[in-house]
Amino acid sequence: MTAAAVPARTRTPARLRFIRRLPVHLTLGALLLIWLLPTIGVFINSFRSADAITSAGWWTVITNPSGLSLDNYNQVLSQEDLGSKFLNSLYITIPATLIPTMIAAFTAYAFAWMKFPGRTWLFLVLVALIVIPLQTTFIPIGRMFNNFFGANINGTFLAIWLAHTAYGLPFAIYLLRNFMGSLPREVFESAAIDGASPVTSFFRLALPMSVPAIASLVIFQFVFVWNDLLVALIFIGDNTDNQPLTQALASLVSSFGSGWQYLAAAGFIAMIVPLIVFLSLQRFFVRGISAGSVKG
Amino acid sequence: MDSRIITALEVVLVVPAVLVGYIWATERLIGLAHGKWRERIRPWLWLTPALIILTAFLIVPTLQTVWYSFHNKDGTQWRGLDNYSWFLNGPGLASLVNNILWVVFLTLGTIVVGLAVAVLADRVKYESLAKSILFMPMAISGVCAALIWKFMYWYQVPGVPQTGVVNEVLTKAGQNPIPFLIDSDFKIDTFALIFIMIWMWTGFGTVILSASLKSISPELLEAARVDGATEWQVFRKITFPLLSPTIAVVSTTMIITGLKAFDLVYTLTANGSYDTQVIANEMYNQYFNFGQYGRGAAIAVVLLIAIIPVMLFNIRRFQFQEGIR
Repeated sequence: MTAAAVPARTRTPARLRFIRRLPVHLTLGALLLIWLLPTIGVFINSFRSADAITSAGWWTVITNPSGLSLDNYNQVLSQEDLGSKFLNSLYITIPATLIPTMIAAFTAYAFAWMKFPGRTWLFLVLVALIVIPLQTTFIPIGRMFNNFFGANINGTFLAIWLAHTAYGLPFAIYLLRNFMGSLPREVFESAAIDGASPVTSFFRLALPMSVPAIASLVIFQFVFVWNDLLVALIFIGDNTDNQPLTQALASLVSSFGSGWQYLAAAGFIAMIVPLIVFLSLQRFFVRGISAGSVKG
Repeated sequence: MDSRIITALEVVLVVPAVLVGYIWATERLIGLAHGKWRERIRPWLWLTPALIILTAFLIVPTLQTVWYSFHNKDGTQWRGLDNYSWFLNGPGLASLVNNILWVVFLTLGTIVVGLAVAVLADRVKYESLAKSILFMPMAISGVCAALIWKFMYWYQVPGVPQTGVVNEVLTKAGQNPIPFLIDSDFKIDTFALIFIMIWMWTGFGTVILSASLKSISPELLEAARVDGATEWQVFRKITFPLLSPTIAVVSTTMIITGLKAFDLVYTLTANGSYDTQVIANEMYNQYFNFGQYGRGAAIAVVLLIAIIPVMLFNIRRFQFQEGIR
């Protein structure tokens, strides 16, 4: 065989493989375009004036990039009061993530490493509770909150913190218990032999070793609560002072009247937090959502 | 300073302190008990906060909802099955039909597209980028997805320049633009909504199916190819059967998602106008807009009954996983 024939032989299969894989690249490319295009369109529209949005599609900007400005963002944050809704979303989401995660941590430890009668049976009830539709709890909880230890807390942050804590708890316990249960038994046994109490084992061993699972859970619950509309509609309702971004945005989307030209900008403000979480902590995020999507 | 900030800060600091204090206090309490009683009491004390919350906010309310569903508007008079027959003869049938469309097409869509991407992306170098792009809509809320697709589906009467991508493409192809979100002929609007949900959830299907796909031994597939099987036969006879448990798991998730569809219908078609109503939106209407507790409760119970098979499937799957551990 001559030296010149060698590159020719290797090049042909490579080119052939590319041609044979062309349908694969084309199909994937088309799908990725469908997945990206809608978001790109809204992003471009968020910098355009109301007149421009209604008179020509966002794609015209590509050939004629003029009239783009940050006016919509200014308007949305000052006039439409979305800045304060953004803060409300944070006030709702942070405690509603922290409380269930903490309670779930020691409950999961008890399920994983303590022996008690009815443990399996109780855990099966928990597995069932993960998928229970939230709708079956709204009416009685709403009535309970009308007179919650003597006060009407419907429309307050306390109401929505309690609701999200309860709704998030079954899955949180499930995820952490499965992770803690898979930690090596010897670690806990030798700690017990050395005289460590369960409290020490929990704080010094189980918690630090479960950081990856806790991270996934925190991210999952944070994004779930941040993106929630239904629970906010029920427990914050008409109390505009306490409404989160999703509620404010939903009323902007469904009204064809005032303020709709700010929609795109408002949408991006609402998307930015989960998108940052997604892009920076993608590994934990995917793991949490994959494990948790069965949740109500 | 805003009083809400102070409240939120208080919660963030006080709740962890209370919970750690609770564990510490129970340990002191257990210390008073004798020997083997300590080990018997401790688990229950650790479980108490969770058990109280789950009982008070999930278990008891669910039972109460079942009770309300047999009663009148405000729960003062027994009405038997009246609310259920009202639902099935009134708005119920239409919303049940729509929910079935949601469940069937959402499940099919996410699995078919998700599986296709998982299989195709496995053969290219930009696999992780492709999966990230597909997964991104999972991070955003239903409301934001609704907003994004409102721009995509935007409708202008024929003759005027279209500003929505979908109708621009239709017009360029010589078709008439379609008002996707209000056209109930052939359920176009419901399908337009379902498509948004497929857009949101396909990445989830891809990620789960792709992980399962990679666990199939390459030698097995290679052996079949050496024996002369075509790529399609390899997929049909080996890959697909090995993936079917994972497909079942993704399906249960999508069935639940389809049954609970709410946000898109609420934001894009005014809470179920133009024949797009689904169970969750009907429940919200009855409870929140009309104050009909009995009817709202009956609708919630219908949703619960629809979800029970999935609940049982999950319990069986969990028992199986524990069994092989």
